[in-house]
Amino acid sequence: MTFVGRDIVSIKDLSKEEILHVLDRAEDMVPAARGTEQNTLMQGKIMASLFFEPSTRTRLSFETAMKRLGGGVVGFAQPDATSLKKGETLADTIRTAEQYCDIIAMRHPQEGSARLAAEFAQVPVINGGDGAGHHPTQCLLDLFTIRKEKGSISDNRVALIGDLKYGRTVHSLAYALSLFQADIVFIAPQQLQMPSEVVEECQEMGARISFETQLETVIDDLDVLYVTRIQKERFPDPEEYNKVVGIYKVDLPLLEMAKEDVIVMHPLPRVYEIDSQVDGRPQAAYFRQAFNGVPVRMALISLVLGGIK
Amino acid sequence: MKELKVQPIKNGTVIDHITPGAALKVLKILDIPEQERDSIVSVVMHVEGKTGKKDIVKIENRELRAEEVDKIALIAPDATINIIRNYEVAEKHRVGIPDEIVGIVTCGNPNCISNAREPVTPRFVVKQRKPLRIQCAYCERELKDISAGLL
Ligand SMILES: Nc1ncnc2c1ncn2[C@@H]1O[C@H](COP(=O)(O)OP(=O)(O)OP(=O)(O)O)[C@@H](O)[C@H]1O
Ligand SMILES: [Mg+2]
Ligand SMILES: [Zn+2]
Repeated sequence: MTFVGRDIVSIKDLSKEEILHVLDRAEDMVPAARGTEQNTLMQGKIMASLFFEPSTRTRLSFETAMKRLGGGVVGFAQPDATSLKKGETLADTIRTAEQYCDIIAMRHPQEGSARLAAEFAQVPVINGGDGAGHHPTQCLLDLFTIRKEKGSISDNRVALIGDLKYGRTVHSLAYALSLFQADIVFIAPQQLQMPSEVVEECQEMGARISFETQLETVIDDLDVLYVTRIQKERFPDPEEYNKVVGIYKVDLPLLEMAKEDVIVMHPLPRVYEIDSQVDGRPQAAYFRQAFNGVPVRMALISLVLGGIK
Repeated sequence: MKELKVQPIKNGTVIDHITPGAALKVLKILDIPEQERDSIVSVVMHVEGKTGKKDIVKIENRELRAEEVDKIALIAPDATINIIRNYEVAEKHRVGIPDEIVGIVTCGNPNCISNAREPVTPRFVVKQRKPLRIQCAYCERELKDISAGLL
């Protein structure tokens, strides 16, 4: 298994063994990610951080990851700042940017953009989200979080909750959890349920799948709650939206009904779907999850650039 | 002697059993009018064959290779390629769907990068042959209406 020079566009670019390897290496990175240890693995290397669409967590954690490895970062956080405004193609921007860096981390609003960039770039490309497409580093950090918090990925009953139809992170996560034969419950209103292609793929991989429309009916049997934001725009009728938001809200009374060691995850930003009173509880894993983006990305960058094996 | 729906040719290629009405698209996909400026090309449409209607294309003095013709499998899956030498059918191939379909159809996803002003040719991976299911190599969406995506 070698990662050197590889593009990471989709979680499907990695086998189960490779995913586990990334998670193991990420574990080694934790002290340096916290800043309690110094790491110079990527000294002299430069990452271009090309964000054609705004992002807080993904961009900051990519850049922090590279800096914690002793590397440098160049790039932009807004497309306005680039020649894209002047009509430059993505292919040209990529072929220019790679003249100044050793690796590219990118986010772009169009599906397939990272695949295209990877075709044009000689340096490795890591996809930080391409429209409604893939977001493999989010998926890896989600898996890392589950394993770290619960001790394993496979022995859990994981609920994916909220907008399962349009949410890109939940599609990749459902796939990845299926690789590990997890027990998955899709909890969503009918109109936002998981697309059948995704469900079929998960079943073919041997995952145990079930569906619910209510969170309360299964809450006492869950190990992981993976909550996602339901966007108002998905509902033509605001009243319908308000009803749905209420049903899937994670708050203290709901936590009372859950297993004591349940964990609550969220790719963030959250709006109403997790009550802020939950934040202080040990079950609230979402900020730890956000931190985990750093060691996971450190591991991936180091693997792809050959700093570690 | 067999009845020929087209004038016999001495040497060349006959593409037979084209889905009725698809002959002109076949010519376009193979870029025949451009590529074969020196060949006489005849097209017959809506011929009554043994198994219903079909179109036929005949190209004189040019033997098309199977791989070049495979591209048309997308719109004419039952087509046969007959290589004619000295008035006789010397070789016969059925078209086969290639593993990758490049530059024939465009992606149906308006937000796909392959539909943006980028220097790339639309490319699809064949996921299933019967019935045909193809997936964009960029955004990975399945193309639901293949004929609507024809370039
Ligand atoms: N010399 C020729 N010039 C032009 N067309 C020809 C010539 N010889 C055969 N063809 C045409 O090529 C096609 C294939 O010829 P063939 O004799 O193999 O017919 P067939 O036995 O009906 O084959 P199939 O089973 O493929 O329909 C037919 O459409 C036929 O009319
Ligand atoms: Mg015949
Ligand atoms: Zn596409």
